[in-house]
Amino acid sequence: MIIDLFIESVLTRNIALVFILGMCPLIAISTNVKNAKGMGIAVVLVVTLTAMINYPIYRLLQATGTERLNILVFIITIAATVQVLEMALERFIPSLYNAFGIFLPLITVNCVVLAVSLFFVNRDYNFVETTTFAFGSGVGWLLAIVLVAGIREKMNRISDVPKGLRGKGIVFIILGILALAFIGFTGFSF
Amino acid sequence: MKLIRLKYTKWYNILKDGLHRNNPIVVAVLGICSALAVTNKVENAIAMGFGVTFVVMASSATVSLVRNMIPSKVRMVTYMVIISAYVILVQMFLQAFFPAIASALGAYVGLIITNCIVMGRAEAYAAKNPVRYTLIDGFASGMGYTLILVIVSIVREILAFGTLLNIRIMPLDWPNWVVMAMAPGGFFVLGLLIWGIREMSHFYEEK
Repeated sequence: MIIDLFIESVLTRNIALVFILGMCPLIAISTNVKNAKGMGIAVVLVVTLTAMINYPIYRLLQATGTERLNILVFIITIAATVQVLEMALERFIPSLYNAFGIFLPLITVNCVVLAVSLFFVNRDYNFVETTTFAFGSGVGWLLAIVLVAGIREKMNRISDVPKGLRGKGIVFIILGILALAFIGFTGFSF
Repeated sequence: MKLIRLKYTKWYNILKDGLHRNNPIVVAVLGICSALAVTNKVENAIAMGFGVTFVVMASSATVSLVRNMIPSKVRMVTYMVIISAYVILVQMFLQAFFPAIASALGAYVGLIITNCIVMGRAEAYAAKNPVRYTLIDGFASGMGYTLILVIVSIVREILAFGTLLNIRIMPLDWPNWVVMAMAPGGFFVLGLLIWGIREMSHFYEEK
């Protein structure tokens, strides 16, 4: 059951290629595989952590009847978590901080993080399911950004892309083809 | 007279910038998530576009009003709080008056907060300019965004469902292109649109 949910959120309901979330950083940072990996790992970490923190907070909001404010509370939690994580990494694990510390501030505005928190509300998950779903979504996003970065790196060397599509334009076409492939995991059904 | 013309020029330029030369989606490639995720129906695209326009205008004006009071260290969090207050307003408005659209958009209304356009305008423009210009700037960015959303959604809705604003315009035996209603359709349509517009306006990225 939990493994099903994990595979589902990595592949068949991939948050980047099926739900189209987190596109701005995906397009901006996928110019080389190394940066893409750093950003992806940072996202996995933050998504899992914030979902685990937001879940009890949401239950608290529900208990007090103020769940309308969930967006406001979630975004503050996310901003605070990212800030704390950045400071802790810088202080305790500097090597890790040097590897992907620069990506952390960008994550606050990565819609994947907020979306995962909003989706567990919509889908009514319990705590274990929320954690699995959050981790799976993070891994799915990591997979997508590394795939795109790998293709772009190769493409820069060998392909002759039309002038108007160079840079960010071609990424959409790559993403479209990848999304088609990922839909293949489920088959067409509505 | 000269003063009026000068003002007109500046307003006009801000407006033109947002719609055309600095169009948030085509040139800067910002705010893509919602541009792709909600554009399988024209009505969703219009609702999303107006929602974003309202949030950009209102939050830019607010940020600009309090810009001299925000310490620069906490400015991002302050913007977030301001923006999310307006997003909650939009969400409640949609739920109250357009429940069908609200449920179709789902979590994507909440995700207006992380739409880079809103944050980008607050940081790049509203934090430095007086209120009246930020309103125009917000309107221009929002409308530039809405324009692209509507174009993409017209193509996708016609191909995917054979309808436009829920009115059937294709023949009844039109085979629905299911893929157009899903993620790949959005990617392809927006990619080709960006290509077309860049080719027309001779805007090319280096490399």
